[in-house]
Amino acid sequence: MSFPWAQQYKPATEFGQWMDDRLPIGRLVYNSLGAGYPTPRNLNYMWNFGSLAGVFLVVQIVTGIILAMHYAANADIAFDSVEHIMRDVNSGWMIRYAHANGASFFFIAIYLHIGRGLYYGSYKAPREMIWLLGVVIYLLAMATAFMGYVLPWGQMSFWGAKVITGLFEAIPLVGKPIQELLLGGFAPDNAALNRFFSLHYLLPFVIAGVIIMHIWALHIPGSSNPTGVSVKGKQDTVPFHPFYTAKDGWFVGLALIFFTAMMFFMPNALGHADNYIPANPLSTPAHIVPEWYFWPWYAILRAFTFDFLFVPAKLLGVLAMFSAILVWFFLPWLDRSPVRSGDYRPRFKKFFWFGLIPCIAILGYCGGAPAEEPFVMLSQLATAYYFAHFLIVLPLLSRIEKPEPLPNSITEAVTGKPLQQAS
Amino acid sequence: MVRFFGILIGLFFAGMMVYSFGRGAVEYISNPPVKAVEYQFHEEPKDVSFKSDGPFGKFDNQQLQRGFQVYKEVCAACHGIRLVAFRNLAELGYSEDEVKAIAANWPIETPDIDPNTGEASTRPSIPADKFPKPFANNVAAAAANNNAIPPDLSLITKAREGGAPYVYSLLSGYTDAPAELPEANRPGTGLHYNPYFANLNLAMAPPITGDDQVTYSDGTKATVSQMAQDVSAFLIWTAEPSLIKQKQTGWAVLAFLLIATILAFLSYKSIWADVKAEKKKKEA
Amino acid sequence: MASVDTAVEPNDSAVSEPEIGGVRRRDFINIAAVSFGGVGVVATVFPLVNQMNPSADVLALSSIEVDISAIERGQAIKTSWRKQPIFIRNLTAPEIEAANKVDVSGLRDPETLAERTQAGKENWLITLGVCTHLGCVPLGAAQGEVKGEFGGYFCPCHGSHYDTAGRTRKGPAPTNLEVPEYSFLTDTVVKIG
Repeated sequence: MSFPWAQQYKPATEFGQWMDDRLPIGRLVYNSLGAGYPTPRNLNYMWNFGSLAGVFLVVQIVTGIILAMHYAANADIAFDSVEHIMRDVNSGWMIRYAHANGASFFFIAIYLHIGRGLYYGSYKAPREMIWLLGVVIYLLAMATAFMGYVLPWGQMSFWGAKVITGLFEAIPLVGKPIQELLLGGFAPDNAALNRFFSLHYLLPFVIAGVIIMHIWALHIPGSSNPTGVSVKGKQDTVPFHPFYTAKDGWFVGLALIFFTAMMFFMPNALGHADNYIPANPLSTPAHIVPEWYFWPWYAILRAFTFDFLFVPAKLLGVLAMFSAILVWFFLPWLDRSPVRSGDYRPRFKKFFWFGLIPCIAILGYCGGAPAEEPFVMLSQLATAYYFAHFLIVLPLLSRIEKPEPLPNSITEAVTGKPLQQAS
Repeated sequence: MVRFFGILIGLFFAGMMVYSFGRGAVEYISNPPVKAVEYQFHEEPKDVSFKSDGPFGKFDNQQLQRGFQVYKEVCAACHGIRLVAFRNLAELGYSEDEVKAIAANWPIETPDIDPNTGEASTRPSIPADKFPKPFANNVAAAAANNNAIPPDLSLITKAREGGAPYVYSLLSGYTDAPAELPEANRPGTGLHYNPYFANLNLAMAPPITGDDQVTYSDGTKATVSQMAQDVSAFLIWTAEPSLIKQKQTGWAVLAFLLIATILAFLSYKSIWADVKAEKKKKEA
Repeated sequence: MASVDTAVEPNDSAVSEPEIGGVRRRDFINIAAVSFGGVGVVATVFPLVNQMNPSADVLALSSIEVDISAIERGQAIKTSWRKQPIFIRNLTAPEIEAANKVDVSGLRDPETLAERTQAGKENWLITLGVCTHLGCVPLGAAQGEVKGEFGGYFCPCHGSHYDTAGRTRKGPAPTNLEVPEYSFLTDTVVKIG
């Protein structure tokens, strides 16, 4: 698509030629994930997590379709139908545990993928649209994961549904009606469970659609790379296939080793014991927290304990939590440093490694901890830094920072030699 | 424009947080939080291991059968295992006839309707039936148990933090309330002190009261600890019947993935060899 | 997944000077890696498809015991086995006679009544109540239902007629009503399945 030296698709067979003239799907794959996509030759392993997230999305969709064959979205029998899957359906336990742990691995991959983008400035021009679509994917994934966690209809499912829809109640005036609209009732019940199931089934396909746009947008400028320097010529790239298919391939194997170790030997390690108790609208679990991938946001929500003027703390927490993610939509315009890669930004690097990363780690830890001191105070400090980082540090830094000299080209960065005539 | 408003919003949120932190910190120092009494007296589950623990663990069918016996003779009157079917007992090593006999002789019968009148009735269970619930519903359970509903035990080792060691500790951990326990936390009428229970006092009377409460047919000495351990092992099985199969499948999958990944890695290395060689050549 | 036959085209002519022997070894490792991946995918597909087979609780119900003491001669009951209807019919002497009079060789699915019942219990005709044409439930088991031209069962969906031995006699049904596996536990209790 983008580079003139990209290899051209040549159908190997007569049938391939016939197809290519009518429905060039082979050409599409060839140009997007095959040898026809020139990719920077210097990508490091942080560039593996996009495809890995894609693999786990496929795992989720496949296992999810299967679970839906046995699951019953009815408040009376949902819990038992999950246990039916665990006990009676052939290999049902395997499929359910793959789905439950697959969600976590999908988010691990996504978070590392986002982290890669944050550090290497993948959100900067000309790749803003890729980044924006990525944030959309992340939001959709969060909604999907949340609704999926409601489906087993255990205690955590029920109270999760109640608390999360309770967030909307914070909206002035229309909050309560909105919550009732979302739930189809005054508390989570059949109506809520059924619509969550319907949407949980639908959204992954929406995600897949946005991913196609994400990759489409990616193929206009091509992949970014650890130096942040644009591709200058053929010597800077290798064809995606076989070079990156091979690299992704073995890395997927490695990830699957961790994944299967989790799902076969400690399948409930990331879950909550309370969710093996059927939903009980009359009794809240002692310690109610969302799944680990929501912990940082949950910590921000809980950090707001004081009203501000006429704005109640509850609304502030909800606003802050949504702003914390929405701020990513503005990131390409907040960080105006012309240098993409954090490797060549000495100050940005420090703020990233000693500010943002520890701050998110603290938020994650506090989000999973009980709502007690000192966790609330810690999450308040971390929340302060979180917003300061994106809204104050990055805009100011791009004005005052003096970046290190960039290599002239990717090839020069790789070989350490200035670009001669391309051999 | 984006940056201008961004900085304003950033200052607002960060300011709010710093202010909240300050208020919280002052409060924390001037009025440090006290640990609730429950925390001071509460104990973590005892350190106990089960044969099914660990990546190579296996169920000990002898023990599971003993545990089933304890469940049947001690627990079953109040606690159901409604997700388990009689046929599942075959996995513990019972023969088909034994399973049939256990189902048919189970003290609680399976609800049914009278085929002639259509009225609610009960019938002896068959292997395909799940274990009948001891109480028809939660109201009946609460009414019969001083307003405390005995939880179903099918998933209990997965449904409690601490798992099987917690169940074991709870069963074998009843003691008299310590003298220094504040009056407010002492067990009221119908409650029993147990330091392993979250709020220290639970409605269940000590179920396993003394040695030889059950008579094991395999000659094992039925001490309190032995019975508690056996029934906990049994409840590991009821919560996760496929536990051992999971581990065995896991090893096979891991072995396969390991080889596949090594091959894929070698393939990756060989595919990239040319590019890396070019890099070396240029460096030279 | 990397496909092997898309040759590894070196992107750059200057570097394409691998040793002759090396090429083969490399191809081998790529083929091995891709084959392993293929085997892994196939092995994963098995449980993903096998989950659609009847689950343990469904299989557990696959045998039932029926008390037949209340069925008078000439009567039939409809019971359910594996969520399918079962007809248990106590044949009268004229019905048995009618069934035995038929010239078996002329039937679409030649079977005698004796082959379709158990020795000494020829009056007990136990069949699935599922028409062998397309699976409707034939009439004739309950009192007052049409029994068809041959006095056995009649399937109203597409007009198949069965005789008193449950054999297909007219209409599109290709085979006789299926006789499930069963045994008499006592004279009055029959175990099906």
